[in-house]
Amino acid sequence: MAVGKEIRNQIASIKSTQKITSAMELVAASKMRKAQVRMAAGRPYADRIRDVVSHIAAANPEYHHMFLEEREAKRVGYIVVTTDRGLCGGLNVNEFREVVRDMKAWRDKGVEIDVCAVGQKAVNFFRKYGGNMLSAVTHLGDEPTLSQIIGSVKVALDAYAEGKIDRLYVVYNRFVNTMTQKPVINQLLPLQAQEDDAELKKKHWDYIYEPDAKPLLDGLLTRYIESQVYQAVVENNACEQASRMIAMKSATDNAGNIINDLQLAYNKARQAAITQEISEIVSGAAAV
Amino acid sequence: MGMSVHCDIVSAEEQVFSGLVEMVIAAGSEGDLGIAPGHTPLLTALNPGPVRIIKQGGDEEVFFVTGGFLEVQPNRVTILSDLAERADTLDEAAALEAKREAEKMLANRTGEFEYSKAAAELAEAAARLRAIEQVRKKLGR
Repeated sequence: MAVGKEIRNQIASIKSTQKITSAMELVAASKMRKAQVRMAAGRPYADRIRDVVSHIAAANPEYHHMFLEEREAKRVGYIVVTTDRGLCGGLNVNEFREVVRDMKAWRDKGVEIDVCAVGQKAVNFFRKYGGNMLSAVTHLGDEPTLSQIIGSVKVALDAYAEGKIDRLYVVYNRFVNTMTQKPVINQLLPLQAQEDDAELKKKHWDYIYEPDAKPLLDGLLTRYIESQVYQAVVENNACEQASRMIAMKSATDNAGNIINDLQLAYNKARQAAITQEISEIVSGAAAV
Repeated sequence: MGMSVHCDIVSAEEQVFSGLVEMVIAAGSEGDLGIAPGHTPLLTALNPGPVRIIKQGGDEEVFFVTGGFLEVQPNRVTILSDLAERADTLDEAAALEAKREAEKMLANRTGEFEYSKAAAELAEAAARLRAIEQVRKKLGR
């Protein structure tokens, strides 16, 4: 029967799309679990080192490390962590919106912007949007390692040390839960004391440093920045998988709805054709 | 009951230990040091080696760290380690093997770069063995 051939073709094509999206949903779900484990494993270290560095920022050190010095901002740097691939809902778009708003505020004050891009999407975006790209790392894969991002972090730290940038921020998506990911902008440099260390800041104290303060702080603070960026990458990865899982799930659901609607339209058309045929036969028979 | 202080040992991969301790003994870059509760604020780099803690109640536990940092605050001791393992899971045979391998590399060294790498590996293997010995001593074997 010739009726509804286009509709049948359309149903078949949407069904095959649905198969793909539901497979991607399952893959993302299993990757998300692994990414969450990796994120949880790295968190204690990242939290503890943040505490320690916050204490250092609250101390009154004999040796003043330049990472602790507040300078007037003439140029600011952003390490923007995004995904490599798309099909993960509004994850990257939301993040870019947040970054652009922040950058605009700086630009209005006449401050220049430098960007270290992590992830293909960030590279593509800032190529179009403009902004001086200091470094780019892409294709970190599902199991990012510290050694992959050390180069990029070093570029940013060197720029800070040479006075080319006066602030350094890291931008990534924070994993709140599977349904919610929130873009955040954290200041890495200069280091700031956390609020709950305000009490420490009030009194005058300092550490005993072994060996000297300079090599010790150099090593520790570099390690701190690396660990914060690494944690951002791992967390963004978990966000990517969660967001992709949700996006693919709703795509699968939507495809199901469209198939139902088309099936209904097809059945109606088929029924109408049958009814018409019968009435033609009946009226033909009556005429004889 | 003796005085105690909160101690956290974390490595880049996991939280290794968290709890109250009476004493922490670690291999600092300037020599071994023992931290008792109420120690003045201190920040030091750690060499590869064993970290011994005496838990509240007198139980001892030994960990192995491959280097990192130690921070002391009046009410808390934090060890940020590159890699930390419980010493009783260390494999003595593997450590001995690694030590022999590193010594062999040192004996017929070719380039300056390999020499420093071998020396670092030897130091790490020796530190692992030290940690194992401490566990042995503790268990009285």
